[in-house]
Amino acid sequence: MREGIRNTRNGILFISPWIVGFFVFIAYPILSSFYYSLTRYNVIDAPRFIGLGNYISLILKDSEFQVALANTLYMIFFGTIVITVATIAIAIILNSRNMSGASIFRVVFFIPTLIPLVILCILWVWMLQPQTGLINTVLSYVGIKGPGWLADPKLAKPAFIMMFLWTSGGAVIIYLAGLQDIPVSLYEVASLDGAGFFRRTFFITIPLLSPVILFNVVTYVIGIFQSFAESYIITSGGPNNSTLFYSLYLYQNAFQYFKMGLACAMGWILLIIAAGLIAFLLRMQRRFGYQQ
Amino acid sequence: MAAAAPQWRNYVKIFSQFPFLTDLRNTMILVVLNAVGAVISNTLVAYGFAKIEWRGRDAIFWVVLATIILPFQVVLIPLFIFYHKLHWIGTLFPLWVPAFFGNAFFIFLLRQFFLSIPNELSYAAKIDGAGELMIYRRIIIPLSGPAIATVVIFAFLRTWNDFIGPLIFLTDAKWYTLSLGAQQIMHNLDPKWDVLLTLGVMMTFPVLIIFFLLQKYFIQGIAMSGIKG
Repeated sequence: MREGIRNTRNGILFISPWIVGFFVFIAYPILSSFYYSLTRYNVIDAPRFIGLGNYISLILKDSEFQVALANTLYMIFFGTIVITVATIAIAIILNSRNMSGASIFRVVFFIPTLIPLVILCILWVWMLQPQTGLINTVLSYVGIKGPGWLADPKLAKPAFIMMFLWTSGGAVIIYLAGLQDIPVSLYEVASLDGAGFFRRTFFITIPLLSPVILFNVVTYVIGIFQSFAESYIITSGGPNNSTLFYSLYLYQNAFQYFKMGLACAMGWILLIIAAGLIAFLLRMQRRFGYQQ
Repeated sequence: MAAAAPQWRNYVKIFSQFPFLTDLRNTMILVVLNAVGAVISNTLVAYGFAKIEWRGRDAIFWVVLATIILPFQVVLIPLFIFYHKLHWIGTLFPLWVPAFFGNAFFIFLLRQFFLSIPNELSYAAKIDGAGELMIYRRIIIPLSGPAIATVVIFAFLRTWNDFIGPLIFLTDAKWYTLSLGAQQIMHNLDPKWDVLLTLGVMMTFPVLIIFFLLQKYFIQGIAMSGIKG
């Protein structure tokens, strides 16, 4: 088995950059993050072990943590519904054969995703200004007095969902690729059997697309949990903590209040929630979705 | 809203009101180092996963895939403390050194591409006495232009857009990137819209050009992340 040993040696040598990176930038930080999460630590003084104290105070006592978690779940629940429905609808329209100039629209939907994140945030603040912003100016032409989007605790989160929708051209591209994998013959047979557009959509397209839907939903959910720059730049969590999202509060704890232990506990809670959500979505897919 | 006449002066103003050249230089340093690091490390790692048969390979590849879903917030604080101990906070090191140690998404993308290259080519080279490194350099890399282009584009985009990395790891304005610099001049009371929007155009323009020139690789990378994922 000299060949086998040599291959193993070569294989490990080739992947060695990843092995080193995995231990230095992933495995060691995850483990030490768990250790720090059990301590009180402000970087200057040595960490002091307090057991599950951080977790207990976050979940039971910290009202801002609960607000941040609730805001994030709001974005996940409503955002997933709005964005999934809208992006699938756009993809189906772009994919239909009698749609001329589809490739141009494809580019149009994709362009917002090319704008650098910080610029995108600046652009939205500019567009959503109550008096002079583009959106309210357009609304005023049709006689609607536009609200103070980002100043209104009820409208700030929907404004964020609008912004995320505007930048989900990547999801449209992925849906389009998924749609093109569905055999045309299925639609032809269904049409012969008299199925109209809605039946074809709900009995062929959506079920066959479900693995791709799952992928996009998981990507979106992870994205929401990690989204930080948007709320940090646009609203700093305001008004009235209505856009205080999970990652922003984690950042504030770590780098503004220097509660590193508490922030690490938030990181671990995030890891557990994210893993749980993904496992749940995978199980849903396995039970109800289409299997390839 | 009174429509303002276009003012090309804004493009001059940006150099006096914003350290554009410094921030551009820093961003470009990071873009180049990240792209080079990503290509070197990930092609090697992907070769090890795609072109050499060895025991435990597929199990380890699953670990690579699992790290894709790891939220970076979990590792952020220990990394900050680690870099702090190395005296790397306030330098560019934390923003490019990790690129040389592999990235799960790029490894996945390149591995899929390498798998589509017929093994007969490698076997023939082996019979002629070529070692793995030679096959990697002389056969696989020259055939992988499109996949490498996709990696370079995405490494560029990620670095160009990155905000949280520079925000956390940079402390000194002389190392700020364009993203961080743009956010820093945006004050609540007096947002300098003319400067900010001009800067926005200047930061978006390179991305648009690359997109229109290399659209195929762009779409490929995105579709790839979804279809086989």
